[in-house]
Order: sequence, then structure tokens, then C-alpha cells
Amino acid sequence: MSQPAARSIVVVSAGLSQPSTTRLLADRLSAAVDRHLRDAGVEANIEVLELREYAQDLTNNLLTGFPSPRLQAAIDEVLGADGLIAVTPIFSASYSGLFKMFFDVVDRDGLAGKPSLIAATGGTARHSLAIEHAIRPLFAYLNAAVVATGVYAAAEDWGGGLTADGNLVERIDRAASELTTAIVARPHQDQPDRFESPVAFEELLRSNNAPD
Amino acid sequence: MQFGVFTVGDVTPDPTTGHAVSEAERIQIMVTVALKAEEVGLDVFATGEHHNPPFVPSSPTTMLGYVAAKTERLMLSTATTLITTNDPVKIAEDYAMLQHLAGGRVDLMMGRGNMGPVYPWFGQDIRNGIALAYENYALLHRLWREDVVDWEGKFRTPLTGFTSTPRPLDGVPPFVWHGSIRSPEIAEQAAYYGDGFFHNNIFWPKEHVQRMVELYRRRFEHYGHGPADQAIVGLGGHVFMRQNSQDAIREFRPYFDHAPVYGGSMSLEDYMAQTPMTIGSPQEVIDRTMSFREIVGDYQRQLFLADHAGLPLKTVLEQMDMLGELVVPVLRREFAALRPADVPDGPPLHPAVVAAGATRNVTERADENATATLVAG
Repeated sequence: MSQPAARSIVVVSAGLSQPSTTRLLADRLSAAVDRHLRDAGVEANIEVLELREYAQDLTNNLLTGFPSPRLQAAIDEVLGADGLIAVTPIFSASYSGLFKMFFDVVDRDGLAGKPSLIAATGGTARHSLAIEHAIRPLFAYLNAAVVATGVYAAAEDWGGGLTADGNLVERIDRAASELTTAIVARPHQDQPDRFESPVAFEELLRSNNAPD
Repeated sequence: MQFGVFTVGDVTPDPTTGHAVSEAERIQIMVTVALKAEEVGLDVFATGEHHNPPFVPSSPTTMLGYVAAKTERLMLSTATTLITTNDPVKIAEDYAMLQHLAGGRVDLMMGRGNMGPVYPWFGQDIRNGIALAYENYALLHRLWREDVVDWEGKFRTPLTGFTSTPRPLDGVPPFVWHGSIRSPEIAEQAAYYGDGFFHNNIFWPKEHVQRMVELYRRRFEHYGHGPADQAIVGLGGHVFMRQNSQDAIREFRPYFDHAPVYGGSMSLEDYMAQTPMTIGSPQEVIDRTMSFREIVGDYQRQLFLADHAGLPLKTVLEQMDMLGELVVPVLRREFAALRPADVPDGPPLHPAVVAAGATRNVTERADENATATLVAG
């Protein structure tokens, strides 16, 4: 069996403090995905984007309508990745504003079909369904292929041990396994360059004139 | 190469005084800017078209018709004409009429607008933006070239046996630019028709301007309109000058910080670094403008944003004096010295197109006569 090529994973972490619990969870998830991919004989290239470092650029993009070169580079990494791990703290019953700002400036169709793992951190387990009622609908709108297991880590989970049913380590491993399966099953998607290979005007006109 | 000013026609309070002009005053300011453009030796005045406050220019041909009567040589243009929500039949009629009144000193720039509710206000859907730009322009293109048009499309009531009047002056349709900041489909459209392509060159980093223009040039050649470097390119620009660069920055900073389009975002310095905006001395404006040529190649039209963001009229007129006296003469000379002989020095002007058409007709008739002689012989 031939060795599959390396696959790229981008981890988007919207934690604000340093050190951050959100980053801690992001690192555990990426380590687990790395392990599962290697077990499947696939090399993983994992990049972490700390959104905190792009907070000013994101505000500027929303106000001026264009990304700074460094923010554009971050967006391009996400668009080109084979898989996405998105982790946010839960603020006021939902993802943080910073997390949403980033996905607001990524191209509307840029995440379509992309294997994605969603995860969140919070003070108590009472907010754990924010993953299902806030984060999952966002990625459903973006047509991302979100794996079934979302990982929520409450403060108490970090002292939850390894034996309890459904403990954090087990949940991380299950989600990472699902993401790995999805990444391996999907061939690498080349990003179409609309400038290098434009759609011919006749073709654009034809689709324009097609009946609704 | 043509140089001029374009205006959005915004009513923005002067952030240094809190004073906002009335609509009546703003309209007079726009006209004053247009007349000043001719006075200081600029070539083009282009007005925006908007259908919501705080903008006043909803009726470009009314304003341009007035300016036409008050000027002798100034080219009258738009930045932009909404090809999406205007009826293409009315555009054909209005601009042909303007062309007659202005003696051919008219071209126009197609754009899609930037305000969502304008589409439903005019019975359209913003999701059809590109589709409307394509269909409406295809119809407009025919209305100016065919005396009798039968037509049916998706967005407008069909036409059978329709003649758009008046016919274009001397049978020559106004030259058309297509403006877009980020849509390659519009660069493709401009290339397909062999029309001009204009990038506003204000909000976007230069790499994006470069990609759009490069695509347009490559496709212009692909569609057989001539070599890529002879395609017709226009750029916007955003400048503010004082003799001393620091004075320019100090004076302009409050206008930048409170301007509707970028106020409250990054610093003026960062914005200048990331976009083509130039606030400084006339020499800095010259150097920066010359650098556009390195980004997009030799181009045919440069428009500057003059009156906006609440700048007082007196300041705007001082800026135009500096453009006319200190900046544009140098730019004309330096661009001309660098431009290869086979690259057009501007978009096609009406008299030149009429003359070329006359020459072609004479040549064709001569050819026909020669053929007739041959056959008879």
C-alpha cells in the first residue's frame, strides 16, 4: 500500500488569556489527531492560529473591508487545510466574539465540506450544550463537515481522571478519531484560483441565462 | 494619459468643526469641483451614483448635463453607474442624450453599488448582483449598437422592435469602463467586450489591484482586442497634500479618523502602508502615483478622490490647485516618457473614434471600388 501524502490541519484557538485553557484543549486535540493520523500512516502538518494575535486585524477587516496581509495569510491557511480544529471559550452562552469575527471574514464557501472538529471550554458543565446550539449551527451554515463528537471541557474536567465513563481524555480521543477518519477519506482539495484560471465569459453568461 | 477627480457626493460633517453642509450646498460643491477640474487643467470629472443618505448624487446625468453646459473640454464620467438596479434602457437613453449635449465628452463606468437595500428599493435582489451586471450590460451594449432591438432576458420586461433614442452621437456609443474592487467576473466582462477596466485602488492592498488588472489584461488579449499591454486601465487614488508632508498628515488625520469608510479602524500610518492612500507632499504624491505603473503597467486614466469626509470646499479647491499646478504636469511628462509608443495614452475619445470610423469607411469604399473595377475589368 502506498504511503498517503502528508495532510495539513489548522487549529483555530480563540482563548484570550495566556496561558489559556482553550489553548490547552486545542493542544490536546491536535496531539490526539496527530497520533491517530500517524497510526493511519499519514504525516500530519499541524498549524495553530491564536486568534488573540489577530484581534486588531480582525477589527480592521470588519471596518475597512479588507484583511491585512498577515490576516490574509491566516485565512489562506484555513482555506487550504485538509482539516480544521476550532476551539473557543464559551462567553455569555455562546462562542466568543473573537471566534465569530474570524469566521465572519473567512470566505463564505471556504469551509464547505472541510472535515472539522468543534470544541469549547467553560467554567462549568452547565454550558456544555453551547457546542450544539451555538457552534454547530455556525459550521452547519458554512457547510463544514463537522464530526459528530464535539468536545466541551469544563474546569472540573481537568481533574476528572481517566476512569470515569466519558471522561475528557476519552472524549478527546473519540473526536480525534472521527476527524482523522474524515480527513483520510477525503482527497486533498486544491483551492481554485479564480485569477489564474478564470471562468470564461461565455460560460459565466450561460450559467447566468440558465433557468432558475 | 487622463487625470481627473471622482466624487462620492457624501454629506459628512467636518470632524474638526462639527459643521455639515446642506444637500443644496453639497450639490453646489460637487459642481464647483467639476468646474475647478477644467480650470486647473484636469481631464475628467466623475460623479458617483447613490440612492441613500448621506449621499446626494442620485441623478448623475442631470448634474453632468449642467456641468457639460459650463465646460469646454472636460470629460464627464461616472464612478459608478449602477448597472444592477438601473434599467439598461434608461441608461442607454440618458447617456446618449448627455453625449449629444456634451458634444461627445462622455464616458461612464459600470458598477454594482455597495448598499444592500438599494437592490430591493429598485425591485432587485442583491444575490443577483453579477447576473444583473451581465444581463443589463449585454442589453445596453446592443441598444447603443443596433437601431432596432428584439430582446428577452430574466430581469426586465422583453423588448420587441425597440429603438433607443437618441441614437449615440455620430453612431459612436460612449466608451464604457467596468469597475470592480474584488470580483474577477467583472474583470472578465470588461475583457470580453474590449471595454476599459477601472479599479478604485482605495480600499484594497496593491496586490489585489495587481491581480484584478493582470487578469483583465490577459483576458483582453485572449478575446482578441489587442495585446494585453494595450488594454484600457484606470485607477483611483486617494491623496491629500501640503508642501510639508508633516503638515498634510496633521491636517488630514482628523478627517481620516472620522471618515465613514475607514474611521475607527487602523492608524493613518498603517492605512497608508497597506493601501495606495498617500498623505504627504506633492513630490510624495508624484512618487506614489508613478509607482502604480509598476503595479498595473502603463495605464490610461488616473482619478483622485478630492471632496469627501467633510473636507471644507476651500481645502478641496487648494488640493485641486496643487494637483493642477504641481502634480499632474509632472505625472503627464513622466508617464509619457515611460509609455511605449504602441500603448494608448488614454481611453478612446469620441472625435478620434469618429475619425477612425470615417477613415475605415473611406478605405472600405476604396476597396469596394477596387473590387468593382477588377470585376468589371
